[in-house]
Amino acid sequence: MKYLRLVLANLGRHKLRTVLTILSVALALFLFASLRSVTTTLAATAQFGGARRLVTTNATGLVFPLPLAYGNRIKALPGVTGLSWANWFGGKYGDGKRFFANFAVDAESYLKIYPEIVLPADQRNAFLKDRTGALIGKRLLSQFGWKLGQNVTLQGTIFPGDWTFTVDGVYTPTDPAIGDDVLIFHHDYFDERIGRAGIAGWYIVEIDDVSHAPAVAKSIDDLFRNSSSPTKTGTEREFQATFATMWGNVSFLMSTIGLAVVFAILLVTANAMMMSARERTGEIAVLKTIGFSDRLLFALVMVEAGVMALTGAVLGLGGAKLFYPAINFNGLGFLPGFTVAPSTLIIGALVAIGLMLASGLAPALRAARLPIVQALRHVE
Amino acid sequence: MALVEIRDVYKSFQRDTQRIDVFTGLTLDIEPGSFTALMGPSGSGKSTLLNLIAGLDKPTRGTVRVGGAAVSDMSAGQLAAWRASNIGFVFQSFNLLPVLTAYQNVELPLLLTRLSGKERNDRVKLALDVVGLADRADHYPRQLSGGQEQRTAIARAIVADPTVMLLDEPTGQLDAKSSQEVLALLQRLNSEFNKTIIIVTHDAHAAERAKMVLHLEKGDLIEKPRATAAAMR
Repeated sequence: MKYLRLVLANLGRHKLRTVLTILSVALALFLFASLRSVTTTLAATAQFGGARRLVTTNATGLVFPLPLAYGNRIKALPGVTGLSWANWFGGKYGDGKRFFANFAVDAESYLKIYPEIVLPADQRNAFLKDRTGALIGKRLLSQFGWKLGQNVTLQGTIFPGDWTFTVDGVYTPTDPAIGDDVLIFHHDYFDERIGRAGIAGWYIVEIDDVSHAPAVAKSIDDLFRNSSSPTKTGTEREFQATFATMWGNVSFLMSTIGLAVVFAILLVTANAMMMSARERTGEIAVLKTIGFSDRLLFALVMVEAGVMALTGAVLGLGGAKLFYPAINFNGLGFLPGFTVAPSTLIIGALVAIGLMLASGLAPALRAARLPIVQALRHVE
Repeated sequence: MALVEIRDVYKSFQRDTQRIDVFTGLTLDIEPGSFTALMGPSGSGKSTLLNLIAGLDKPTRGTVRVGGAAVSDMSAGQLAAWRASNIGFVFQSFNLLPVLTAYQNVELPLLLTRLSGKERNDRVKLALDVVGLADRADHYPRQLSGGQEQRTAIARAIVADPTVMLLDEPTGQLDAKSSQEVLALLQRLNSEFNKTIIIVTHDAHAAERAKMVLHLEKGDLIEKPRATAAAMR
């Protein structure tokens, strides 16, 4: 503790430089935490899925629909205990700048198959009875200032026209991967508006036993193998993963950018520390003359680097941890449950320690190894 | 028994391909409580001798003992600890840390001791009082005159009560008045507090204050009585 004043005095030598170095470390770790959180949130979403739920899509691709008539045939297969279906709608609200997911679902079966969607019984009943009704996640209430019972009009992008729904219920998901900013409405109403096209984007199939999943999936796909729309069935987790892998390159890009930013800041910090130590060559020689040992000077320079790196870490990582919940961030609906995970904070702290070692080691070694006589000749 | 014993010391430097012999078998004794001035032209080895006594440099051959301790045989770590309690060093250009106040600069050697905060405080105040800067304790070096800076450096050198004080051209950057103040202070430390002082100087006025003047010429030592030193002006 008695050396703390010396450390702080040295840090205060060039206040602006010290503050800018700390801020650059903070910014680097803030960006690192943010970019990594995108990756971890996507990975967490990909992990979502009940073990007893399968998802059947068009084998050609997710954007191609399946005939609605497939439903009864799937339901009749052995091992299938429940079935629902949904269709991506892609409507926008207002100027469309604040995007949120919205899709048509077979309401009754959907709510039954997804117990993670929780809402009061009266609102649930009101929604089930109202063909033009909609259920919304609680975040949409605060985001748009909507109220229960209010009419909300979406502009269809894939299915043109104005689509007006009554907000009949507000749900709270028990699993963040469900997303609390989704609007769902009745598939029947959707089907009627698009001229009874009889399409479903995907089927959600509930099975009796987890161990039967491969067999049931195979029997569904075999059933439609020679039809005009062959299917691809997998676990819900796999289905979520296909969404996540759509972000695959983005995740890689973000990780790469994150590391590049941290590395760039590392160079800046190391440079600042080296500069600071070089400027003090004479003072280090004087301290050695007074009796400061090589080991003590090494430790003092490392502590200086540590104070800067760890202050930056607290600001950057703590800032990221507090900032995103404060602004209710969900990546425009693409990152439901966005959070800075504890693992990110731990890795960020390790990066900060690495930063301290990398930026402090060279100047600390230089200070420790400095030959006194030559250094004194330099200043005398 | 001499406080500083230098026995058959050789010191040479390598500059590019050329070897420069500074000392070739130097032998010297300095008594406790003495005030010795080392004089001589540039390159005669004055500062090198001071560095050898302080353990900042090692002889190529021979032994240097201070207070019975074989300085020339110590490791870097042992030397650092030894210097902290035995050597008070004063530089020509003061070399105070600009980010610390006069008080904090003087306290530096005491940080290496096991003294408590209160004991350190008492010692620092006493040292500043001795050099007449008790009222400048909170001033930073940039707020002090050259003479005050050098007196602060002397306070830093005496605060740990070292065995010997080594001063390398302490008046080299001071005006005449400040020089006299610093020299008077050194004389007082020697006579009143019985501090052993070795001072390297070009200044005959400074040498006048010493009890003994040693003249170095190409590494050879010529001892002169104080009267002769005065006549050298």
